[in-house]
Amino acid sequence: MSSEPMLRVENLTKRFPGALALDAVDFSLKAGEVHALLGENGAGKSTLIKCLTGAYRRDSGEIVLDGQPVDPRDTFDAQKLGIGTVYQEVNLLPNLTVAENLFMGRQPLRFGMVDTRSMNRDARQMLAQYGLEIDVARELSAYSVAVQQIVAIARAVDLSGKVLILDEPTASLDAHEVRMVFDIVRSLREKGLGIIFITHFLDQVFEISDRLTVLRNGRLVGTRAIAETERLDLVTMMLGHELSQETREHAAERGGKPETRFRFRGFGRARSIAPFDLDIGRGEVVGMAGLLGSGRTETAEVIFGIRPHDSGSAEMDGAPLALTSPRKAIAAGIGFCPEDRKTDGIVGDLSVRENIILALQARRGWARPLSAREQNTLADRFIKALDIRTSDREKPIKLLSGGNQQKAILARWLATEPQLLILDEPTRGIDVGAHAEIIRLIEDLCAEGMSLLVISSELEELVAYARRIVVLRDRAHVTELGGAEIDTDSIVRAIAADAGTEIGT
Amino acid sequence: MNAETLGAVRRFLPQIVALFAILAINTAVFPGFLDITVQNDRFYGSLIDILNRGAPVALLAIGMTLVIATKGIDLSVGAVMAICGAVAASGVAGGGSVAMAVTTALVVGVACGAWNGMLVAMLGIQPIVATLILMVAGRGIAQLITEGVILTFNNEGLAFFGSGSIFALPVPVLLWIGMGVLVAFVVRRTALGLLIEAIGVNRRAATLSGVNSHVLLITVYMISGLCAAIAGVIAAADIRGADANNAGLWLELDAILAVVIGGTSLLGGRFTLLGSLIGAMIIQSINTGILSSGFPPEFNLIIKAVIILLILVIQSPALRTFVVFWRGPKEEVFDKEQSAP
Ligand SMILES: Nc1ncnc2c1ncn2[C@@H]1O[C@H](COP(=O)(O)OP(=O)(O)OP(=O)(O)O)[C@@H](O)[C@H]1O
Ligand SMILES: [Mg+2]
Repeated sequence: MSSEPMLRVENLTKRFPGALALDAVDFSLKAGEVHALLGENGAGKSTLIKCLTGAYRRDSGEIVLDGQPVDPRDTFDAQKLGIGTVYQEVNLLPNLTVAENLFMGRQPLRFGMVDTRSMNRDARQMLAQYGLEIDVARELSAYSVAVQQIVAIARAVDLSGKVLILDEPTASLDAHEVRMVFDIVRSLREKGLGIIFITHFLDQVFEISDRLTVLRNGRLVGTRAIAETERLDLVTMMLGHELSQETREHAAERGGKPETRFRFRGFGRARSIAPFDLDIGRGEVVGMAGLLGSGRTETAEVIFGIRPHDSGSAEMDGAPLALTSPRKAIAAGIGFCPEDRKTDGIVGDLSVRENIILALQARRGWARPLSAREQNTLADRFIKALDIRTSDREKPIKLLSGGNQQKAILARWLATEPQLLILDEPTRGIDVGAHAEIIRLIEDLCAEGMSLLVISSELEELVAYARRIVVLRDRAHVTELGGAEIDTDSIVRAIAADAGTEIGT
Repeated sequence: MNAETLGAVRRFLPQIVALFAILAINTAVFPGFLDITVQNDRFYGSLIDILNRGAPVALLAIGMTLVIATKGIDLSVGAVMAICGAVAASGVAGGGSVAMAVTTALVVGVACGAWNGMLVAMLGIQPIVATLILMVAGRGIAQLITEGVILTFNNEGLAFFGSGSIFALPVPVLLWIGMGVLVAFVVRRTALGLLIEAIGVNRRAATLSGVNSHVLLITVYMISGLCAAIAGVIAAADIRGADANNAGLWLELDAILAVVIGGTSLLGGRFTLLGSLIGAMIIQSINTGILSSGFPPEFNLIIKAVIILLILVIQSPALRTFVVFWRGPKEEVFDKEQSAP
């Protein structure tokens, strides 16, 4: 490993109206290293990446690649320089096929025409390295966020000659897929590429990186070698203070069985999710675990009426519920925080305030507007409670950092004071500090009687606050774990169990 | 001037400058352009004429603004004008009362809008295609109503909507201003505006948040139909006859232009009714200027196209990027992120 860095960034400054996103930041990347870029939500990580790839124009500063000052004008330009990037918000073209997305701008030609057959073949091979066997001739939008994320990674890996940048690539991947991605990253490192890796999962940082750089409020806090960094130090570097350690009582051991509020019987939808029985108690947190495509999101969508159920029934406090559309579900006191915040969550051009009040306003109907004062109070309350970093509440939400958008969507649902809140990967992209805050907030709400159904690929997270865990496989609920059975090992075992050894629901 | 008006002026500066520039050119060429006289208790003059002649496009632009805000477009408004004008004319020609004839015309306009809205909301047809159906079929329907002739009438009551005046102002002017104020008031004083914008920006996310996008979409197209109906009545009243072939011809394009010049994006979302109305007046000033300049008519369309192109180029974000690039990157161009592949 040569000590002369391959990529050097000096004094990089980037100012947005109302926010100094990067303040004279220095950064360097050596050939053959994995360099983790860390910091709280809104610290400036994605902005640094975008300045590097020319997606944003920097205000000042120097970028030197292989001894040459470079100034990529856009992502294509950066690709020509050998920099491949996966942005935080996957930006592929949803209405093109998977193969077209992988080879966009460089399709194999035959007699002057795109050679679809060989393109599809190459695409299949490329994805096979990630253990993904899907129909590459289908539109990308037909697949889940996780699949899209892998496609984006595969494309960037294939494009990167020198530098590979991954901005929270593993946010919606489960352990198995993360391992696949890491194997590929390691092999690229051997080949001498420099890899910049942004994540909020500290375990992954310690597992794969060689060095790390921490940003806070747009300023450089420091760069360290992994071997010399303690986990606690790292958190302190990121937050600027220590993470208050709380000894959380193991959720599953809390008091007796709560009274059942929501009761689903034989609830399901053909080709989405097999009929399931599910009870959710008052103030209870129920987790859902399973592999990608096991039917977790489908369960949520069927309950919330996005894909209306075609069998079974639902009750709340003994009274039947008609959950045939999101509006009806919301009227019944249910909220749903979806996984894909870009397409299903944020209303990009509208302000943070408008995004926070949207669901509440929609439930009140157009004729009963929330007054300006009510809107402001509500928005300010949640901006404070969830620590949403924004210069002001009127900023269009699309200009917030990814994690802060996620918090605003959560605020939208909390503002409706739901009886049952369904969260699909709620902490996706949220930093360690905010993570603890949000979990505390949710626990408070549950203590007040809100029920919660949580989907998460983070098994530790489920273990920490779920009282029961439903395990799914092949679009069916197969097992339920409760009480002492809840720990990561038994969840992993239940997920992996053969169909024959099921414990039964 | 309070802070709010000052903000509005700053926001619409390009539009206001364009409008004044066109009026200034007109005044330079025709010295009497700005004169306003009073005859028979009614204002006369080129400025009044612009306000008056611009009424149909202004009305169409009101409905079009809301439709465009939902990321839609309504190509049928010109044809709906023809239908509603025909309905009103045949109503009085058949001996019916004016109130009855006008009410029927408005109901028919709203029904046309409901049809469009249902195609868009329920069947998920793209707005441009969905409204194209009525754009094509509408003139046929209007011809059926007028039985293929220009259906003239001699009813002062109906003609009043075209040439009458109240408080010395022509009725069409009062109608479009009144409608503009009414719609703006309803949309901004209730949550309607916010919900419409939410649908336009991200319909899926809005629907998942419980916004009733079907009903809202249909409502918006119905408002557009209503505006077209009023415009149709004015057009028929003006010439005291319903011309199924020519009433409102190509006006949908003028209305779309007015909205775009006014600063509402065709991509949906944030909208401004005031901007669209200023846009409509800009278009009418150009029309009036060219007409009174005595250029041969074949030049009219070309000159108009050039002027509109100029206005749009001045407003375009690409030009702004270019200026920023020239002066150095002081200001952020937010769309950059989305345009990156
Ligand atoms: N286009 C923009 N216009 C205005 N402000 C912006 C823009 N993009 C980012 N910002 C602001 O710059 C700051 C840094 O944002 P950035 O996206 O780099 O954060 P991040 O470190 O990637 O956070 P996260 O972990 O949440 O993804 C934030 O305060 C954000 O609001
Ligand atoms: Mg980010």
